[in-house]
Amino acid sequence: MSALPAPQPALAASAESDASCRVPLLVLFVSAALWLALGSVFSLIASIKFHAPAFLAGNGWLTYGRVLPAGANALLYGFALPAGLGVALWLLARLGRTPLAWPGLVVVAALFWNFGVATGLLGILGGDTTGFAWLEMPRYAWPLLFTAYLGIGVSALLTFYRRRVSGLYVSQWFLLAALFWFPWVYSTANVLLTCVPVRGVVQAAVAWWFANNLGTVCLGFFGLAAIFYFLPKLTGRPLHSLYLAMFAFWTLALFGSWMGVAPGSPLPAWMPAVSTAGAVLCLIPLLAVAVNCGHTLAGETARWKSDTSFAFILFGVAAWTVAGVLGAVTAIPEVSALTHFTWLERAQSQLFVFGFFAMTMFGAVYHIVPRLVPGGALCPKMMRLHFWCAALGTIALVLPLAVGGVVQGLALNQPDTAFTDTMKLTLPYLRVSTLGDLLIAVGNVTLVVNFGYLLGNCCRACCVPAWKAVTTRPPQPAGATP
Amino acid sequence: MNRGPLIFLGLFFALASSWYGMVLEPQLELGRLVETNSVSAGETYPVPRPGQANQGLQVYRANGCVECHSQQVRPTPADLERWGKRRTVAEDYLYDRPVPLGAQRVGPDLANLALRPRTEAWHLAHLYAPRSVVPGSTMPPYPFLFETRKRGARPSPDALQLPAGFAPPPGWEVVPKPEANALVAYLNSLKADAALFDAPLPLPPRATNAVAGTNAPASATSRQHE
Ligand code: HEC
Repeated sequence: MSALPAPQPALAASAESDASCRVPLLVLFVSAALWLALGSVFSLIASIKFHAPAFLAGNGWLTYGRVLPAGANALLYGFALPAGLGVALWLLARLGRTPLAWPGLVVVAALFWNFGVATGLLGILGGDTTGFAWLEMPRYAWPLLFTAYLGIGVSALLTFYRRRVSGLYVSQWFLLAALFWFPWVYSTANVLLTCVPVRGVVQAAVAWWFANNLGTVCLGFFGLAAIFYFLPKLTGRPLHSLYLAMFAFWTLALFGSWMGVAPGSPLPAWMPAVSTAGAVLCLIPLLAVAVNCGHTLAGETARWKSDTSFAFILFGVAAWTVAGVLGAVTAIPEVSALTHFTWLERAQSQLFVFGFFAMTMFGAVYHIVPRLVPGGALCPKMMRLHFWCAALGTIALVLPLAVGGVVQGLALNQPDTAFTDTMKLTLPYLRVSTLGDLLIAVGNVTLVVNFGYLLGNCCRACCVPAWKAVTTRPPQPAGATP
Repeated sequence: MNRGPLIFLGLFFALASSWYGMVLEPQLELGRLVETNSVSAGETYPVPRPGQANQGLQVYRANGCVECHSQQVRPTPADLERWGKRRTVAEDYLYDRPVPLGAQRVGPDLANLALRPRTEAWHLAHLYAPRSVVPGSTMPPYPFLFETRKRGARPSPDALQLPAGFAPPPGWEVVPKPEANALVAYLNSLKADAALFDAPLPLPPRATNAVAGTNAPASATSRQHE
């Protein structure tokens, strides 16, 4: 194992790997940002329906039960996975000091992936959802995503294989695990739900197993890979303990993969029991990561004021910790009796997917993208604006939902409270959370605009003169274009 | 140190064991589950839903009702008091595809909806405009499952009776499309109350109206029955 993520990387090697990443990663990141913005608009629409249920209810396409999963799928498959894969490709090239393998394949696969996401979202909005959380994309969409994934995965593995550095850094462990996890769980779940469907509640078992393995484990691995690379990189301090990171790696893989079945589910009783045990044991990797990050950061946290990438990643670490504790606590049967089926669970999953994963990816992407384009720069003010919108938006979304969820759970556990009263009790919290959705949407649009700014500048700097040179030279004397 | 193959083996083992435990094992235990006999009546349980109700399940799936409604009764005192006489078990879902267990209770649990006093007309009006029967409801309306059309010489028998403020303009009527009727057939088939060996009913049996009375949005029940 090498001790540091190449603190003084051979400049030539990194320039070479950045150049090879340029087109594929720009395709991945720019389309991810577009899906992200679209997804947050969907979520905002769903949230507004709690102010006025008749809002956009006239036809089926934007009914609550379709826009909500469409928003979640756009966030997950449109943004989170492509961003995670893009960061993975860059890290594998960077840490291996080698160019990206088969960049052309990645470009084709990324375009194909986007085609699959578009098909899947249209399917959901059109009423072809499968009805299983995080697996809503219909039978004609998921094979597109899976095939596209294989293309990107091949390039990632080949890049890893061609590395010119002999030792492995922990981030590479995490990335390999994530790359291995996704195809297995995604294909198993989709095949068992849409191709050779299993019967009865086994469907639910499969869907829960998938959602937990995709979220907790696969996204966890992608996100932690970025955290363990960028925290040392941005602070200039070595990772506190490689062994603690490896310990977190194995415990997360072992315990995290068993979570997802809530107490009291209509499955054999040992399943929720094992799930609860897994969730509580997951406090071990959680603690290991928190301690490791804490020691690595010691005294450096103030950097977030000047370094926006760092601010995003710091937020990601905090959200990972809080979401993990919430996940473990709400898996305990006595707590779950109160919190299961309430908005608190939604708060937890938003905190994980957006607060931890998306925020960490923003930090990574803001670090990577300017390096891909020679002379490229993102607007720092817009980055800052994005950070504030996303951070405050996450808090304004998650906090009311969490408090509202507890209020809802307490009321539902009071059998004499009429259901409509529990509904009315939660309504103010839901309405406040719309503000969070709005802020997040604004932040996401800033990301798109910032990419546009970078690409626009880049165009003006190289494409426009090149185009002018081609189009205007013949009629003009040679001296006109210096 | 290069431990690539070892890492891979370890990961393979970790994921394979959870796959075995959480996917294969339930399939082995439950995949071949068949109808059983209910304890008291000795009737076969469950029986497949009739065709129209099964189509209704697809309408339920397509419109994402599952985003707001659960269909599970847990063995907790509050759940048993509010949502059903007994916990729900694997047998209750044998024939459904998809199984709409749900993850949220933005709306009431529907596992035993058919045991509550709701008429077909109530369901249709509720789907067309929830607030026409439950004031202040946050459930979205589903007007696209209905057709608003010019009334003929004689109003059609299945036209909805809607209160002022929700009714179409004079000379027009609202009639359910086949999807709406299928959905209501499905809703009327939702009950999980047969006594089973692995999920017996509590003794002494609870009066059925205890369930109905507390689940109901209070205003809605009273409106309907008074
Ligand atoms: C945004 C969340 C939401 C969605 C989506 C939703 N509902 Fe509801 N539903 C509610 C709420 C809240 C109530 C309680 C107030 C009421 O009765 O209108 C309710 C009540 C009900 C009731 C009455 C239950 C009872 O015991 O009185 C039925 C039946 C119902 N919904 C069916 C459906 C069907 C069918 C769909 C899909 C076409 C659906 N709901 C979609 C929120 C939702």
